[in-house]
Amino acid sequence: MPGENIILLGVNHKNTPVEIREQIAMSGGYEGPLLALKGVPGLREYYLLSTCNRVELLLVADPLEDVEDRVIDFLFGSRISNEIARKYLYLLHGQDAVHHLFMVAASLDSMVVGEAQILGQLKEAYRHAAHFGCTGPLLNKMLHKSFSVAKRVRTETAIGSSAVSISYAAVQLAKKIFGNLKDKKVLLVGAGEMAELAAEHLVGQGVGEVVVANRTLARAVDLARRFKGRAVSMEELVSQLQYVDIIISSTGATEIILHKEQVKSVMRARMNNPLFFIDIAVPRDLDPRLIEIDNVYLYDIDDLSNVVEINKSERDKEAVKAARIVEEETLKFLNWYQGVSVSPTIQALKKKIDSIALSELERTLAKMPQVTDADRKTLVRMMEAFSAKILHDPLMYLKSESCSGRDNSDQKVTIVRELFGLTRENDER
Amino acid sequence: MEEFTYLLFLTVLGITFLAAAAYFVYFISQDKRIRRIARMVMVTSGILQTLYILLRYFLAGHTPITSQHEAVFFFAWATTWAYLSFRWRYTVKNFGTFVSVLIFALVLISSFSEKNIDPLLPALQSAWLPVHGGVSLIAYGFLSLAFCGGLMYLLLERELKSKKFGYFFPRFPSLDALDQLNNHCLTTGFVFLTIGIVTGSIWARQAWGTYWQWDPKETWSLITWFVYLVQIHQRFTVGWRGKRAAVMAVVGFAAVIFTLWGVTYLLGGVHSYAG
Repeated sequence: MPGENIILLGVNHKNTPVEIREQIAMSGGYEGPLLALKGVPGLREYYLLSTCNRVELLLVADPLEDVEDRVIDFLFGSRISNEIARKYLYLLHGQDAVHHLFMVAASLDSMVVGEAQILGQLKEAYRHAAHFGCTGPLLNKMLHKSFSVAKRVRTETAIGSSAVSISYAAVQLAKKIFGNLKDKKVLLVGAGEMAELAAEHLVGQGVGEVVVANRTLARAVDLARRFKGRAVSMEELVSQLQYVDIIISSTGATEIILHKEQVKSVMRARMNNPLFFIDIAVPRDLDPRLIEIDNVYLYDIDDLSNVVEINKSERDKEAVKAARIVEEETLKFLNWYQGVSVSPTIQALKKKIDSIALSELERTLAKMPQVTDADRKTLVRMMEAFSAKILHDPLMYLKSESCSGRDNSDQKVTIVRELFGLTRENDER
Repeated sequence: MEEFTYLLFLTVLGITFLAAAAYFVYFISQDKRIRRIARMVMVTSGILQTLYILLRYFLAGHTPITSQHEAVFFFAWATTWAYLSFRWRYTVKNFGTFVSVLIFALVLISSFSEKNIDPLLPALQSAWLPVHGGVSLIAYGFLSLAFCGGLMYLLLERELKSKKFGYFFPRFPSLDALDQLNNHCLTTGFVFLTIGIVTGSIWARQAWGTYWQWDPKETWSLITWFVYLVQIHQRFTVGWRGKRAAVMAVVGFAAVIFTLWGVTYLLGGVHSYAG
C-alpha cells in the first residue's frame, strides 16, 4: 500500500504456546506500553490489544523506517531473542493486516468462534489508544470499520447463537467430571471479568454456592453479593479447597499461587472427592503439576480450547458465511483507502493537470499548421514545466508532515481532491 | 432333544453377537434408534439364555452349573440380568456397549467346552447347589459390571487428564456416574459374594464335615472377597474413589476370573469338576 505501511503483529492462542504468551502478557494495563511505544521512531499510529488469549499491535508506520524489529524488541525485551520471537508471532501487512483485524473483531479468530466478549475488549483497547493520542485518521477509520463489520457478522449470521465464551467449555468439562452440578461449589480466585463470566455460566447450570477470594476483600464481597455467595480472603485459599469443587483462577499474580503440595494435603480431608481447577490467568496462577494428583483435574486456557474444538463443527457453516462478509468488507475498506491515501491522489492530480495541458495544447496546435516539429517539442516541454510548477505547491502540501505530529493526510487528501475535483470511486464516507 | 438344545445354544450365541454388534454400531453412530434395537436384542438374548438354562435344568434334573460350559454360561446369564436390572434403575450412557461385548465373550467361551449333560456327582446332590453356585455367579455378574464401569472410568479419566479428547469424551457419561456405578455394582456384588461363600461353607460342612478346608478355590474366593472388602472399607473410611476405585474394580475382576478359571486349570482341588 502506498504512503504508509499497515502492519499487524502479535501472538495468540493458536500460534503461540502459553509459555511464550506469558512472557509478554501485559497485566499492568494499557497506559505503560502505549506511552512507551511513543518513543519508537517511524510509528505514525498504533493501537494495542491485550486479552488473555492474545496480544496484538496494529501499526501504521513510515515505509522508510524499519519499525518491526523495534516493536518486537519492545514486546519481548531481552527475554526472548528477535529470531525466536518471530517464529511464534504473526506478522501481517496491508490487506492481510486489515483482514485479520476484521476477523478478530467479528470473533472469527477467537477460541470460541462467535463469542461477543472480544468486541468489547477491542473497543476498550481502542478507547485507551485514542485517549493517549496513539491513533490517527487511518486507524480510527479502520477500527470503527472493524466494529461495524462485527455488527454485520452478528446480525447476518447465526454465529453468536450457539457460542459463548470460554466458560462454555468450562461448564462442559465440569459436567463430564461431576455429572450433576447442582450441589457443587465454585471458588472464584481473583475477580476478573473472565472468572465472573465463567461463574455466571456455572450458576446458570445450578451450582450450589459461589465463594469469592480476592486480594481486595471489598471487591470480593461485591462480587459474592452478586452471586448470593460469600467472600473469603486470599489467605484462606488452601483451607477453602476442602469445601469447594470447582476453582476458577484469574488473578493478575505473576507467580504460581497454588502449589501441588498444598492441594495434595487437602485431598485426604476431602475424602478424595474430585477437584476441578480452571486456570484462565496468563501468566498462569496454578501449578501445572496439580494434574499429577489423583482425582484432580487442571485446565489452563489452552487446554480449554481443545474442548471448544469439539463443539466447533456446528458453527463452521455460519463461520464460512461470516468469513465471506469479512472478506467483502476488507476489500471495501481497501478501496476506500486507495481513494484517500496520498499517493493515488498525487497520481490522479498529475494525470488531471497533464491531460488538461495536453488536450489544450493539441487544440491550439490544430489551429496552427505552420508550427514545425522542433517548435512543437518546445511547446510540449513548456506545457510540462507549466503543469509541474502548478503541481508543486499542492504536492508539497500533500507530502508535508503536519506540525502536531499527528498524521492528518486524510484531511489534506480530501481538501486537494475537492479543490481539483478529483472523483473518488468506492468512497464510503 | 439334544439337537434342539444345541440349536438353542447357537441361537443364543448368534443373538448375543447381534446385541454386541448393535451396541457397537450405536457407540459409533450415537443413533438413538439403533440403541433401541440393541436393547431389544439384548432383552431377547436374556430371555433365550434363561430358556436354555431352564431346558438344561429339566434335562439334567438339577441346576445346570456343574460343568465348565454351564458355569460360564450361567455367568453370562447373571451378567445379562444384572445389567438389565441395573438399566431398569439407572441410565449410564453407552455402558451397554461394554457389557454386551463381555457377555458375548462369555457365551463364546462357554461354547468351547464340553456341552454334555452328565449325571450329578454324589457330592453335589444337594439343595445347596443352586443356592451356593447360583448366588456366587450372580455376584460375578455384578462384579463384571463394575469391571466394565471401571474400564470406562479409566479410559475417560485418561482423556481428561491428558486433555486429548478423542473418541470416548463425547460418548461416555460423567466420571461421577461411572464412579457411582462402580460403587453400586461392587456393593451388590460383594453382598452376593459373601452369601455365596457363607452358603458354600455351610454346604461344605454338610458334604465333607468341615466348614473350611483351604481348597484352592476356597482360598481364592476368600482372596477375592478380601480384595473387594478392602476396597469397600477404604472407600468409606479414606475415600478410595475415582481412579483408584476403578483400578481396584479391574484388579478384583482379575481375581474373580482367576478363581473361576485359573484355579480350575492350574491348581485343581475339590472344586475342579466345575467352573
